[in-house]
Amino acid sequence: MTRRPLLLPTLLALGYTFLYLPIVVLVIYSFNASRLVTVWGGISTKWYVELAHDQRFLDAGWLSLRVAVTSASAALVIGTLAAVALVRFGRFRGRALFSALVAAPLVMPEVIMGLALLLTFVALEQTFGWPAGRGFLTVVIAHTTLATAYVTVVVRSRLAQMDRSLEEAALDLGARPLKVFAVITLPLIAPALAGGWLLAFTLSIDDVVVSQFVTGPGTTTLPIAVFSSVRLGVSPEINALGTLIVAAVAVIILAATRLLARKKES
Amino acid sequence: MKAPAIARNRGGAGRGAWGRRVVLALPFAWLLAFFLVPFLIVATISLATPRVGIPPYVPVFDWSGGHLWPSIHADLSTFSLLFQDELYVGAYLESLKIAGISTLLCLLIGYPMALGIARAAPNRRGPLLMLVILPFWTSFLIRVYAWMGILKDEGLLNSLLQWLGVIHHPLVILNTDIAIYIGIVYSYLPFMILPLYATLERQDPALLEAAADLGARPWRAFLSVTLPLSLPGIVAGTLVVFIPAVGEYVIPDLLGGGETNMLGKALWDVFAMSRDWPTASALAVAMLAALVLPLALLSRFQSRMEPAEDGK
Repeated sequence: MTRRPLLLPTLLALGYTFLYLPIVVLVIYSFNASRLVTVWGGISTKWYVELAHDQRFLDAGWLSLRVAVTSASAALVIGTLAAVALVRFGRFRGRALFSALVAAPLVMPEVIMGLALLLTFVALEQTFGWPAGRGFLTVVIAHTTLATAYVTVVVRSRLAQMDRSLEEAALDLGARPLKVFAVITLPLIAPALAGGWLLAFTLSIDDVVVSQFVTGPGTTTLPIAVFSSVRLGVSPEINALGTLIVAAVAVIILAATRLLARKKES
Repeated sequence: MKAPAIARNRGGAGRGAWGRRVVLALPFAWLLAFFLVPFLIVATISLATPRVGIPPYVPVFDWSGGHLWPSIHADLSTFSLLFQDELYVGAYLESLKIAGISTLLCLLIGYPMALGIARAAPNRRGPLLMLVILPFWTSFLIRVYAWMGILKDEGLLNSLLQWLGVIHHPLVILNTDIAIYIGIVYSYLPFMILPLYATLERQDPALLEAAADLGARPWRAFLSVTLPLSLPGIVAGTLVVFIPAVGEYVIPDLLGGGETNMLGKALWDVFAMSRDWPTASALAVAMLAALVLPLALLSRFQSRMEPAEDGK
């Protein structure tokens, strides 16, 4: 390694440039006064103003937010239970099937998941009359299914690494398992729970393919609105929207890092 | 007294059979209802005959006869039409080709990056890894869209190259396969780097020292020590990128233009434009058939790589 100390860092720098270049370009051009990508027309915030008055995006954004909060919360519960079962229950009947079912949505092509879920909703409606039509509920169910797998991965690795001695001590002192889980286990895995919820939230608010399959008339999520607008070409308003998302993510990540650092100090 | 103590230690969330059953039942039922059963429904409808109506197919199992057994209207014609249609066969092969080449490119770019992070000073690894994951948290759709502005004929890349005098006429990149490769590699790179890093970081540096002591040059040591030991990471990363890339829809649609035909796009078009649900289902089944082997391989690898759990 000593003879070529520069090779890896150079490749690493190139790789990061590749990863971040589009984001940087997006942010810069969101402040471009000109509508054309190549022409720099001076600094302007007019695209942000236009975005703030675009009822289509505002409605879609509000809907996406509600879908994301609901499905991330549902996925957190289901995913955490699945992680507990996988880490703590040892061998049980159906473990192999369960484990495969938990992991498969991570890589399954979205078009397949979207089509499969839509056909299921249609079949359910025909047989039981529920869910009636497609819309908020079907999108939430689809996103929950998608995100559960990610929550399970995050919570599962934390549970597996966790020191069990506190739990065992509490159990030996006679605490009931449910109480031990609530008072000891949950606080210990809280960072993983927060991370899993955020991941599920991100997946939901970003999903376009599955949503397009399972949504109904009148239920346009933000990514669907963005996708249909982007298909028509480059638009500065989307640059502004993208910049706002990047800013929000940066703030959340920064806050989370700060919080973790402070926790470590104390 | 011995037996309850053991049961307690293993209990955790739910001592006794009841608690366990409740904990297991919810996720199991959810995944059965909204993940496994949907695939069976897709497989069934791929055998149905299309028709104009709601739903746009003739149900395969028909209970209307009033018998205990349904009459079955299974029909393989959708599949036989699929195999005879050059458009779909072409899309099938094109998807596998594009996903394969993109995966290879991801590996070639991701491996040095993962190695670079694993060989960095320990206190820098965390932040460097964070930088790889960070773009994943921002909108995938908007990052793919950003490439449209960079790659189009009068886009940033062409302006830059023309300004530098490297080219005199704009390169046509957007709406070609090259743009799809760029988009897929860009979007899936973090998924390649993470498993690679996980195996590379665990490697004992003493192994390389031993190789050096025995006279191996750095390249030789890399080829005979580092690379073979990172094989699990290579396989995992390759599968995690390849499988979803085969069905990719957004990237070929936005960057590849109307010309390129990948399976995911064909599936959506058949579903949404022609409203031909049996053909869309048959395409999904055909896509799954190509992915069964990679999926099985991945689940084996994951179970081998997962941390020590009670199930082992």
